[in-house]
Amino acid sequence: MALEVISASFLALVQDFGRYGLQSHGITHGGPMDEHAYLWANRLLQNHYNDAQIEISLGAFSVRFTEESMISVCGADLSITLNDKPLALWRSHFVRPGDVLKFVSPKSGLRSYLAIKGGFNIGSQLKSCATVMREGLGGLSQDGQKLQTGDVLDYKKYQEELPRLTPQKFIPEYKTKLALRFIVNESENACGPKSVEQFVSQIFIISQHIDRMGYKLSGKAISTSSSGIISQGISLGAIQLPKDGQPIVLMRDRQTMGGYRQLGCVAYKDIALLAQAMPGTEVKFEPVLRQALEAELVTYKRFFNLTF
Amino acid sequence: MKVTILSENSLLILFEQDINPSVFNQVCQCVELVKAKLSVYIIDMVPSYTSIHIVFNLFKISGDELAKKLNNLADQLNNAEQTKLQTKIIEIPVYYGEEVGLDCALLAEFAETSVDGVIEMHSSKLYDVYAIGFAPGFAYLGSVDERIAMARKETPRKKVAKGSVGIADAQTAVYPADSPGGWQIIGCTPLKLIDYEDEALTIFKVGDKVKFVPITKASYLEMGGELAVGGQY
Repeated sequence: MALEVISASFLALVQDFGRYGLQSHGITHGGPMDEHAYLWANRLLQNHYNDAQIEISLGAFSVRFTEESMISVCGADLSITLNDKPLALWRSHFVRPGDVLKFVSPKSGLRSYLAIKGGFNIGSQLKSCATVMREGLGGLSQDGQKLQTGDVLDYKKYQEELPRLTPQKFIPEYKTKLALRFIVNESENACGPKSVEQFVSQIFIISQHIDRMGYKLSGKAISTSSSGIISQGISLGAIQLPKDGQPIVLMRDRQTMGGYRQLGCVAYKDIALLAQAMPGTEVKFEPVLRQALEAELVTYKRFFNLTF
Repeated sequence: MKVTILSENSLLILFEQDINPSVFNQVCQCVELVKAKLSVYIIDMVPSYTSIHIVFNLFKISGDELAKKLNNLADQLNNAEQTKLQTKIIEIPVYYGEEVGLDCALLAEFAETSVDGVIEMHSSKLYDVYAIGFAPGFAYLGSVDERIAMARKETPRKKVAKGSVGIADAQTAVYPADSPGGWQIIGCTPLKLIDYEDEALTIFKVGDKVKFVPITKASYLEMGGELAVGGQY
């Protein structure tokens, strides 16, 4: 019972919810760049939220199923086909032995999530199979490698079920103009109000320098009061300001510590939107109150049956 | 100490922003207090020279409530200021030979001493583990003798071999895995610094003390050290 990778030429990674509790050893969280799409893909199959999936970035990835099961695909529209017919996203589908699923190239968004009922059966490393290439952790062979042509992922056979659909209101639109909410950093080591003012009063362009560690933005350079700070731990979504004045938003595979001043932190749920944004996308940042976001995040975590 | 909430589920405790043993002692004591009293709320905690970053469980506590509890701990921290924490001393065997200590000669020139002088200066001090980050198991140790506190290379090496011992300004560290890096490399340890299969994972934790012990080429090789590891630009 297996999924055969027919072709993997760009970036397809095994991911679960991530690797938590090990940052004091310098080990990052990892996990899905677009957590919203990942959680929906598992939810549509009534999986556990931590069940292993494949995160496909940009496309150029195709697989063959050797046994029947239910699958779901959420996230970016990478011109996805099942047996050469377009496949609807954000819903579950039945697959039969010999079926071929292809992710071709991005139409809207950047990363798709392929989930299978019961999750892919992948050995974990430090209690997670999340692939972090830089750390050599996780993945199919527990060595941090991306999926390769010829790889085989084990899964359990399941019978056909009625398809489940994601309600329209939960399906995001991946726009070429983004507005991201953020919480202003008010610590002594932050950039300060003058930098924040320059930050919120302009539109940034997402640069070519984007990866699972961070998204570098490009705009009119922001000035900051003084030089570096003593290295400190960094949050998911932290907006760092290096010397060149061009902000970097830190993503899932970020290093656990950094020595740049920060402007603030992107709202947890909005990180999923940024994760789907292509270079060239316009981004504007809106400061919001933390308390409102807290309530929103608790609701989201309850909805997906998360345990923390 | 001052607590700032950074996001829905993370906050930062900042101490006096100066790298010195007294501030660092406060950081370590605060870590122990949080572990003893508030661990039920904590998902991840990253202590560093002058700060502690915490990711907390939003289901169990809000940022405001946790900040309040941390501020209450601060009072206990001030009372406990004189207490010395029990620290572990970790000995790291290092071969400083020219095959692996690529920048030893450069450092000797910088410090206006001999290579043996550099080795003596580096291995005679007891270092604090101030932070762990950058890469899994990468420990920032301080502070080195100011005579050998040489800045990083302007152009980092594309590959620094696993086990390499380096210096960057007042800091010294061991590279747990092959990686790019700009530190001045003075030797190599045959010890494995991170082992994903081992429960302890890393040999260091923040607050430990570290002593480098010079070893001969013969014992380095005997302990599994490699010579053909030269760095690459």
